[in-house]
Amino acid sequence: MKSPIVSRIALGLYFIIFFGYLMGPLLVMSVSAFNSPSFPSASPWECFTFEWFSVLWHDRHIREGIYYSVIIGLGTVILSVSMGLAASIVLTQISARLRSVYYTMIIAPILIPGVVIGISTLVFWDRVGRFLGAGEGSLLDGLFHNGLFLTILGQSSFIASYAMLVFVARLQRFDPGLTEAALDLGASHTQAFRKILLPFLRPAIASASVLAFLASFENYNTTTFTIVDYKTLTTVLAQKVRLGINPSISALAFAIITLTILVALASEAYRRAAQRKEAVWQGKVARPAARLWPAWLRGNPAAILFVLLSFTIIVAFGVAQRYSPAQCKIAAREAKQAEIQRSIEELRARRQEEAPQAPAPTTDTAPAGSGAFGNVFAPGNLPGAPAPEPAPEPAPAPDAPANGAFGNVFAPGNLTTGGDN
Amino acid sequence: MSTGVAVDLENVWIKFGDFVAVREANVNIKGGDFFSFLGPSGCGKTTILRAISGFLDPSEGHVRIGGRDMAGIGPNKRPTALIFQNLALFPLMKIWENISFSMEVRGASAAERRKRADELLDMVALGGQGDKLPSELSGGQKQRVAIARALCANPDVLLLDEPLSALDLKLRQHMRTELREIQQRVGITFIYITHDQGEALTMSDNVAVMKAGVIDQIGSGKEIYDAPATPFVASFVGENNVFRGKIRSIDGTRATIETNRSGVLTAEITPAQRGKMAVGDAAMLFVRPEALTLAEGGTDTGNTISAKVVNEEFEGNTFSVFLEGDGAKPIKMSLPNTGQTRIAERGKPLTLHINPQTTVIMPAGELASD
Repeated sequence: MKSPIVSRIALGLYFIIFFGYLMGPLLVMSVSAFNSPSFPSASPWECFTFEWFSVLWHDRHIREGIYYSVIIGLGTVILSVSMGLAASIVLTQISARLRSVYYTMIIAPILIPGVVIGISTLVFWDRVGRFLGAGEGSLLDGLFHNGLFLTILGQSSFIASYAMLVFVARLQRFDPGLTEAALDLGASHTQAFRKILLPFLRPAIASASVLAFLASFENYNTTTFTIVDYKTLTTVLAQKVRLGINPSISALAFAIITLTILVALASEAYRRAAQRKEAVWQGKVARPAARLWPAWLRGNPAAILFVLLSFTIIVAFGVAQRYSPAQCKIAAREAKQAEIQRSIEELRARRQEEAPQAPAPTTDTAPAGSGAFGNVFAPGNLPGAPAPEPAPEPAPAPDAPANGAFGNVFAPGNLTTGGDN
Repeated sequence: MSTGVAVDLENVWIKFGDFVAVREANVNIKGGDFFSFLGPSGCGKTTILRAISGFLDPSEGHVRIGGRDMAGIGPNKRPTALIFQNLALFPLMKIWENISFSMEVRGASAAERRKRADELLDMVALGGQGDKLPSELSGGQKQRVAIARALCANPDVLLLDEPLSALDLKLRQHMRTELREIQQRVGITFIYITHDQGEALTMSDNVAVMKAGVIDQIGSGKEIYDAPATPFVASFVGENNVFRGKIRSIDGTRATIETNRSGVLTAEITPAQRGKMAVGDAAMLFVRPEALTLAEGGTDTGNTISAKVVNEEFEGNTFSVFLEGDGAKPIKMSLPNTGQTRIAERGKPLTLHINPQTTVIMPAGELASD
């Protein structure tokens, strides 16, 4: 028999591990957005800085990517929500046996890998263009090879299935008697749909739209094939990882996280306020007397948090306008220089000591300071550890700190034709 | 104010695949009538209603409203309004918007609609409730909103699908009276579906009793109660004691039946079955609990039965005495409460007189299960 205390501790531990697993990466990412080293890292902590937000703001590629992502997102919302709505309504109208077949068919795109959907979208619409006789350079040809057009179609082909699932869940609670009642009262089928079914589905339309937009915004697998010569945020980010990243990506992630929390808080605050209003209306709760703060803040922690967070963001903006980490950065660089200098000297001293002994046999396998982990593991960085074979040359160039996970392999300086970031 | 319009069902069959939901229905409903279809659940009465309102087409036969064949005319083009069993009020619309929905789809202005809705709300005694949502009303109020909404469409025929079944007893009795009053005020044809024979008898001018897709009898409430056409009607409408046996002799409209256990009894043959019975046929004799009286001082008039008392219940206005019958069910006798303390002790044999005027004989058949 386990005592309740033990099981409670186990449960607490589980929660810590679980949420650590969920939130840890976000936390590290957020911290790295404010750390000054030019490769995203949360430790070692160098200087608190807002500069990556500024870098992000001035990055033309990311701005364009976001712009097209939003356009594609909106297009996908319109297309996939209307397709999902139509599919779900058909589902309620057909016989039970046909329904299961139809359902499987409609749901299949979710199970098909996005890569496959991407390639097949590209190929299919190219064929359709050829079939319709769209010549080289004609308007139609342009359409069938247009990245925005293809991406919206490709994404919608599976996002519509998600939208349909949302609608099916809502439609299951719809009383078909309401449509019959509307018809009986003289409404046409269109009127019954517009005045009865559509208002009932409004919450589902809202949630399906949000779902579709988010699914479109974060999609990479399909988009990377269908985007052709355009770019979205995801393809820009993927390109950046290839060409070398800096913490402006962390800054972007932080901005997205903050925005998500803000929206979630706002919707929760709104929900609670509406609930409370209803309770007051029904007389379950006393009508609040006019007091120091507005009524919608009282008994509504989400609203309070929302206000606090908004306030913090505004203050942070203000601070960021004035705050400059230049002093700290200079100090940090000097400290680093000194550190390097010290380790070089230490090394040199040790080499002189060890010189009479046998030369290191494994010199050729030793990392030259530009390996996968840079010189993080280089002997010089481990002051307490016994130094192994000495490196033939103290490699790190003073202008490239190279303490990131990828060393300076991806550093912009190493890429002579590495684009304009 | 529209006047009532006749509704005729002409040899209507309604089939779902192999299942026959309605078999050869022939009904003529007079304009301005309060007409009920009465039957147990699953007997096809709602199917008939849906055929009249246009949600389904009969497999065979014709539905005529005001003499006009309704084949191929959709529910939104028929001069009928249906009150659904669950009322089907639009949950997202205010009460006044619900009521005036039929005007909205015809393009009436908001002011016009509001005015008419308020008139109708006053008529159903819900004045000032127009701005609420259906979820804020009680069951009886919703009921009245549904009636007002249906009447707003100015239908020639109002169809009601068990609209009172969800209400509690008190409210149901109140709404019966109210519905009847509304019907007399607006003067249109009401077609009412119910499984509650009390509702059918109190409200209707005429009742059709249905069993498994077949209309067994059409007539006024009194005709159906006093002279049921079939054993099903006799046992479904009101309470009845059944005595099974064989016809011994027939004398004009009267027959004598040799019952299995309760001796020889004489009664009227029910009008619908006169001339259709012969000596030796299996027959059933139905006696209403109130048609049984205690035989005074052993005077045997020939039409009596003797049975032992099983149980006695006091019901306020009546005493119900249960006696050993010839079937599984005991014989029930109702005696008015005239101040006597009790009728009889358990196990005591009683001699009961049967009033032949209110007792009917008919060929044996299927009883309503209860």
